[in-house]
Formats: sequence, structure tokens, C-alpha cells
Amino acid sequence: MSAAGAAAPSPAAGESPGGTLLAARGLAKSFGPTTALHSASFDIDPGEMVAVMGASGSGKSTLLHCLGGIVRPDRGFILYQGRDLCAMPESARSGLRRSDFGFLFQSGGLVPELTCLENTALPLRLNGVGRRSAEARALERLESLGVAGTARQRPGEVSGGEGQRVSLARALITEPAILFADEPTGALDSLNEERVMRLLVDVVQRGSTAVVLVTHEARVAAYADREITVRDGMTRDLAAGAAG
Amino acid sequence: MSFAHTVLGLLENGPAHGYDIKRVYDEHFGLDRPLHYGQVYAALARLLKKGLIEVAGTEAGGGPERKRYAITDAGVTDLNSWLSTPEAPQQYLQSTLYTKVVLALLAGRPAADVLEVQRGAHLKTMRELTRRKAGGDLAEQLICDHALFHLEADLRWLELTAARLDELAEKVTT
Ligand SMILES: Nc1ncnc2c1ncn2[C@@H]1O[C@H](COP(=O)(O)OP(=O)(O)O)[C@@H](O)[C@H]1O
Ligand SMILES: [Mg+2]
Repeated sequence: MSAAGAAAPSPAAGESPGGTLLAARGLAKSFGPTTALHSASFDIDPGEMVAVMGASGSGKSTLLHCLGGIVRPDRGFILYQGRDLCAMPESARSGLRRSDFGFLFQSGGLVPELTCLENTALPLRLNGVGRRSAEARALERLESLGVAGTARQRPGEVSGGEGQRVSLARALITEPAILFADEPTGALDSLNEERVMRLLVDVVQRGSTAVVLVTHEARVAAYADREITVRDGMTRDLAAGAAG
Repeated sequence: MSFAHTVLGLLENGPAHGYDIKRVYDEHFGLDRPLHYGQVYAALARLLKKGLIEVAGTEAGGGPERKRYAITDAGVTDLNSWLSTPEAPQQYLQSTLYTKVVLALLAGRPAADVLEVQRGAHLKTMRELTRRKAGGDLAEQLICDHALFHLEADLRWLELTAARLDELAEKVTT
């Protein structure tokens, strides 16, 4: 069965503008009686950072989970490099999540039993990279984010700001085409928030990683190239809305 | 802010010419608009008159630009009391935006658009300040942060008001 219903938008050849990395149209998602997404659309180019803003409960995380292939929308489609995520079998989608996508959440994403170095190397290990090579690359990542000192510590032994930078190192270790970040600084104080956001901006500017940055904070969203707003499960392009 | 007090504060480090004061001021605080000499000499004249500074020496040639100024004991006392007195927190009780929203509601215009357009303008300025901050030194970063936190406060108000717009409409139109 196709994920897109008869009346729902469906991907058509040439519909997404050239160069778009990820394009979604008409996404809808309900959890029982709750409609989390009503009609959400989204575009992001390679290397672009887009903030997704909106009040709590407006559907930001659901949108991010759909775009990242974690949750399958009830309606609508998501094209990643021209391939429809919703039409893919789960095995292909989880392969894509491991190879092309990176995820960064507010907190708690690290495995408590592993050292920060092992945590950072984990995505590479899951992709079949040998231990020594994976950990060498992980250490480089930790160094570039200024947290090499945490390598032998477990997540419970490092500060919130350090832990979030380790999570960022892990999210970037596979050099993903898109990083999905859901309130990545939500648990940090202003100084650590700034550190993490600067590192994120650095990553985007140096490589070609695109970032979908979910946040309800304007100060955080201001690091992005542009923002879209989710309201009652509908996306709204602020730039377009304010132009008229 | 009292500009004369700033000049007084700069003189506490030691006697200086008007030119030095302008240079040091611009270095620390002149981010957007450097001082005019006229402002410096006007402040110096006022401080002299109050006895908070004195002329510590004059070089040949005459004119205010040849004089070196030094802070007096009275000046030190005055500066100390200015620094230790808190600035009155701004009340922000007169808001043009609130006025616009109410007027829009009274006239049956789309008040939500007033808020939305403002939100877009605020976010744009915040993006510009964030970019500027990234390229700036610590002084510039802290000054940009000050502006960013204030704009953020405005934005939170815009969002709260947008969420309570129906309530407000009912109140002002009945
Ligand atoms: N797994 C779930 N089960 C039930 N309801 C959910 C689930 N995920 C999200 N929701 C509901 O969907 C709505 C949108 O949630 P979410 O996308 O998390 O919003 P946001 O991230 O903007 O705070 C909320 O009403 C939330 O309670
Ligand atoms: Mg959320």
C-alpha cells in the first residue's frame, strides 16, 4: 500500500526544485485522537541550516521524526535526494538513517555504560567500521569539538555542556548529509548553548551538512539561515508570510 | 546613561587629553557611532565647572585640545556613587506594538498580521546580530548579546499576545 492516499499530494517528476536535498509536502500524522501534523511542508538545500520554530505541542518534533524517517506520516511524501522515504521498506530507511542522517536530541542520547569515545564511535561500529579505526576518527571528532578530555569518561561523569558536544560528535561521525537536531540546547545554560550553536554553525560552514534545527527559542533559531514556523500542525514560511 | 560619567570614568585611569578620551571611548563603546570631539569637550567643560575634573597641564599653543585633564577627589566620589547606584530597570509600559494591535482590533483589521510581520522583522534582526556576533571580538559579542536578549523578550511577548488575541479582541470590542 502506498503511504500517500488518493487525495494526498504525491511526488511528481521534476516537482522538487533542482538542488533540494530533502523536500516534504502535505505531511499529516495523528496519534490516536491527537492530530500532531495537519499539513506540513518542508524544503532544505545541501549545507543549509533551517530552524523549525513553534510553540510546545505544535508538532515540531513529529515533523522532525517524519523528515528523519523515524516516524512514517499518515499522508504526504518526503523526497530525499529524489527518493520517497515513505515508499521505502523499513530496512532501506534505517540504512539511510545510519549512513546519511545524524540525530541530536535535547539530552539523554548517549549510552551510559559506554565511554564518551565508545559512544562517539558507535555509529561507525554499527556501519561495520573496525574498532581501532572507528575510535581514532571518534577521538579526532571529540578533539575538534573541544571535548577530547571526556574520551575515557562515561556520560554520567561529564557536564551537560560537554555531554551535548559528545552527542554532537557522535551525530557527525558518519559525516551525514543532514543533521536533525531537536532542541539541542534546551537543557543548557546560555554560555553552553552558545558553544554548541557555534560548533553547529561551524560544521555547516565547513562541510556540506544541512541542519534541521527544531527550537522554540528565537535566540537559537537566529543561528539558522532561515526559519519556518509550525502552528497547529501546519507549517508556515515566515519569510513568505511577512513579505506581503 | 550619563555620558559625562563615562568620561569621568575614563579619566580615573590617569590624566588624558580630549583626543585620548575619544580614542579609548571609541575602542570600548563606539561600536556603531564614534564620538564627535564636540561631545567630548562639552562633557569636559561640564565636569570642570562642577569641579569633578581639573586641568593637569597645558601644552604650548593653547585651545582645549592642548589640555590634559585629571579627575579630582570630588570626581572620584561622584564616580563611585554613580557606579554603585543601580540603573532604574526600564518599565516598558508604553508599547507602540500594543497600541497598534489594539487599534487593529478596534478597526476590524487583521491584528494577527501586525504581530506576525513584527515577529519576522525581529527574527531577521536577531539573525543579523547573531552573524555579527560570530565575527566580533568579546566586546562586540557581549553588546550583541545584550540586544539579542532584549529582542528575544519582545518576541516572547509577541507570541504570547498572538496566542491571546481572541481574548483581547473580545475585551476591546465589547
Ligand atoms: N508518540 C505520541 N503519542 C501520542 N501523542 C503524541 C506522540 N507524539 C506527539 N504527540 C502529540 O502530538 C502533538 C505534537 O507533539 P510534538 O510533535 O512533540 O510537538 P512539539 O515538538 O512542537 O512540542 C502533541 O499534542 C503531542 O502530545
Ligand atoms: Mg518537541
